[in-house]
Amino acid sequence: MPTLDSRIPAGPLAEKWTKRKADMKLVNPANKRKYTIIVVGTGLAGASAASSFGELGYNVLNFCFQDTPRRAHSIAAQGGINAAKSYQNDGDSVWRLFYDTIKGGDFRAREANVYRLAEVSNNIIDQATAQGVPFAREYGGTLANRSFGGALVSRTFYARGQTGQQLLIGAYQSLMRQVELGKVKMFPRTEMLDLVVIDGRARGIVTRDLVTGKVESFLGDAVVLATGGYGNLYYLSTNAKGSNVTASWRAHRKGAFFANPCYTQIHPTCIPRAGEYQSKLTLMSESLRNDGRIWVPKKAGDGRAPDQIPEGERDYYLERKYPTYGNLAPRDISSRAAKQACDAGLGVGPGGLGVYLDFSDSIKRLGASAIGERYGNLFDMYQRITGENPYQVPMRIYPAVHYTMGGLWVDYDLMSNLPGLFVLGEANFSDHGANRLGASALMQGLADGYFVIPYTIGDYLARGGIAKVGTDHTEFKAAEAQVNAQEKKFLSIQGKHTVDYFHKKLGNIMWENVGMARTQESLEKALREIPALRDEFWQDVKVPGIEGEFNQELEKAGRVADFLELGELLATDALQRNESCGGHFRSEFQTEDGEALRNDADYAYAAAWEWNGASKPWTLNKEPLVFENIHLQTRSYK
Amino acid sequence: MRLTLEIWRQKGADDAGRFVRYEHDEVSEHMSFLEMLDVLNQKLIEKGEEPVSFDSDCREGICGMCGFVVNGYPHGPQPLTTVCQLHMRFFHDGDVLRLEPFRAKAFPIIRDLAIDRSALDRIIMAGGYNSINAGGPRDANSILVGKKEADLSMDAAACIGCGACVAACPNASASLFTGGKISHLGLLPQGEPERKTRALSMVERHNTEGFGGCTVIGACAEACPKGLKLDFIARMNKDYLAGTVTYREGAAGGGSG
Repeated sequence: MPTLDSRIPAGPLAEKWTKRKADMKLVNPANKRKYTIIVVGTGLAGASAASSFGELGYNVLNFCFQDTPRRAHSIAAQGGINAAKSYQNDGDSVWRLFYDTIKGGDFRAREANVYRLAEVSNNIIDQATAQGVPFAREYGGTLANRSFGGALVSRTFYARGQTGQQLLIGAYQSLMRQVELGKVKMFPRTEMLDLVVIDGRARGIVTRDLVTGKVESFLGDAVVLATGGYGNLYYLSTNAKGSNVTASWRAHRKGAFFANPCYTQIHPTCIPRAGEYQSKLTLMSESLRNDGRIWVPKKAGDGRAPDQIPEGERDYYLERKYPTYGNLAPRDISSRAAKQACDAGLGVGPGGLGVYLDFSDSIKRLGASAIGERYGNLFDMYQRITGENPYQVPMRIYPAVHYTMGGLWVDYDLMSNLPGLFVLGEANFSDHGANRLGASALMQGLADGYFVIPYTIGDYLARGGIAKVGTDHTEFKAAEAQVNAQEKKFLSIQGKHTVDYFHKKLGNIMWENVGMARTQESLEKALREIPALRDEFWQDVKVPGIEGEFNQELEKAGRVADFLELGELLATDALQRNESCGGHFRSEFQTEDGEALRNDADYAYAAAWEWNGASKPWTLNKEPLVFENIHLQTRSYK
Repeated sequence: MRLTLEIWRQKGADDAGRFVRYEHDEVSEHMSFLEMLDVLNQKLIEKGEEPVSFDSDCREGICGMCGFVVNGYPHGPQPLTTVCQLHMRFFHDGDVLRLEPFRAKAFPIIRDLAIDRSALDRIIMAGGYNSINAGGPRDANSILVGKKEADLSMDAAACIGCGACVAACPNASASLFTGGKISHLGLLPQGEPERKTRALSMVERHNTEGFGGCTVIGACAEACPKGLKLDFIARMNKDYLAGTVTYREGAAGGGSG
């Protein structure tokens, strides 16, 4: 198995990024306009990268599948964004944010990347504030903070329950400014369907105009993917309906390694599903755990209404199991605890798939209006969806797929193993290890886009060697032909079942066998069922309409075809990782009291999978994780 | 539940379009409105008919991608609710629901209920930002913002860019959208340097994109799923007026050094 080079700079941890920046080659400001950078995605990472490139003087082509860049799914992040400002004087520091993030990730992330993330976190808050992001304020006019899971300091900045929206709108506005100035050319309703690699370098993409169906090639000097995660593999997740893995997956098929796909985050506080028709799951922000207490009845099958169950007959299981962190235990741990309670028959609501998140103590202590000020929009959303009023009855919540820590492999410069292909935000694998802490996704997306990639891409471009080619190159033509052929194929099958039928089936296989708890047996079962479902899909899917028009079913077909391949890789990765860590819990590997049991001797590496062609096994490449600054220990939140 | 749906079907910008009637008898009160349409579409595809095109993405009421008119109400009759968050328990067995796209000259129809709202992006392009580059801003806490101003700015910034205000307005004006952005930025000290020029350029772009003028009827604020208030339009008018009065061409920039 080949070993991967992460190109982490030598020297002390706190000086690595400074040293790397000092060693970089620079592009002459007057020459920047001679370079074109393709950015796919307009979420926090994509929009911040594209606008920053424009500000620096590069020509940027920016693509998104939504009708406008402002819709990207970063917008749905509710709770907040972490930074090591230590405005609360409560002992926070860059080191502590770094350490919490590494520990939260169950010691499966790179020290150097995570340290850099913590280092630039403060710049993000400054940048966003200057843009006019309306962060919550104290009466004296300073910024307010709240607490989040996995930390004992208050370092989370927020804008009501709409932090992602406000940060994204900030980045979007900067992006629109560059579009007006002509530095960024925006392509909404345009989906990337292939990556073009010429002489070993990423040189462009092939896209489909989702309105006209036109398939087109775009050439660049570098390609940046900021296309989000793959949670919709499970069909039901907190992701947007359109979120997909297609850009990443097509790049993977062109040679980019896919790392740690089995690290999937199941978020503990989502609204339980109501029926077969359910199209997505809705998150209730983790910030609710600041004031809500999680409990189940002590007696299995207790059918009483929650207010009829006396205090002594309730099990506040997080507070009992983890007295130090209590209801603010990290996501993976909280989710598993909910599953254990429900598996033991203690769950509440339809099907016993729910636990209570109860605000009555906080409402008694602080009053309904104070709670409303903090979480009003979330309470309203809960009531609209369930028809129940959380001011009066406890919320019912259940874990749901939320975020994927795995993604395309990148080095310290955020470049994949394919030169010229950079990957940012949730689409890469680099910073969260096996579990992401709350309020860290926004931080990473903006760190990558505003403060890392503008430096590292310049170094790549300045080193030269990028050949002059055009979109008439045979690699472009071959990729276009491939895209066209796939569309024709989808439309020609005319089978019995819709795309959604297959997607739901796949999601069910994944959730049952590769979900919150996995075993060798369940994974082997998934590895039998997924290829069989994939074969059925390619023989029996029904896609209506034609290619050259707005055709939402055709869009979905391509995405589900890719999920049907990714599902197999995810299960393969989960099967080879004979340990439990973070979001990857193998039931065979647990401590006596049910906690994840890591195996640092054999599995302290990132698994970077190499595509070898359809129906051929992947090659596993390993990047050893070296911990020079922190001591590997069993993660404890007790 | 059983519903009768009258849905606007239009193949593209050149097609005249028409309402088509569908009987839908597989509706649960716990479904969201869009899930109800998902179920209809699955049945249509299985029968070999064209599914109804409509936009949606987050389905949590925050991305702003969904939106059409239900029985005359943009996003349906429930106040402060996007159509993706509207649930069928709001309706009754036997109801007849008429679904049509947000209609405005500035919003061309793409297909069925899906429309092109890129004109709203172009209004933002005209000045809906603070003109600062990434890198180098001062410490965030060196800019103090009173809680009241910050909260009001957030109220204005809550706009999701869905276009319901335009659909509700008899003049198809996007003043609430434009006023929201002008207020969001203008209420903060960071946005003060460009407050007047921003109002000038954004209002001018609003008009050239084909949106109508505001006559303060207030249908927009009633339809807004995020509760933006008419006050933001007043603020826009005030900044616009101030901009008109004080506007002058920028002096030639820079020294000779």
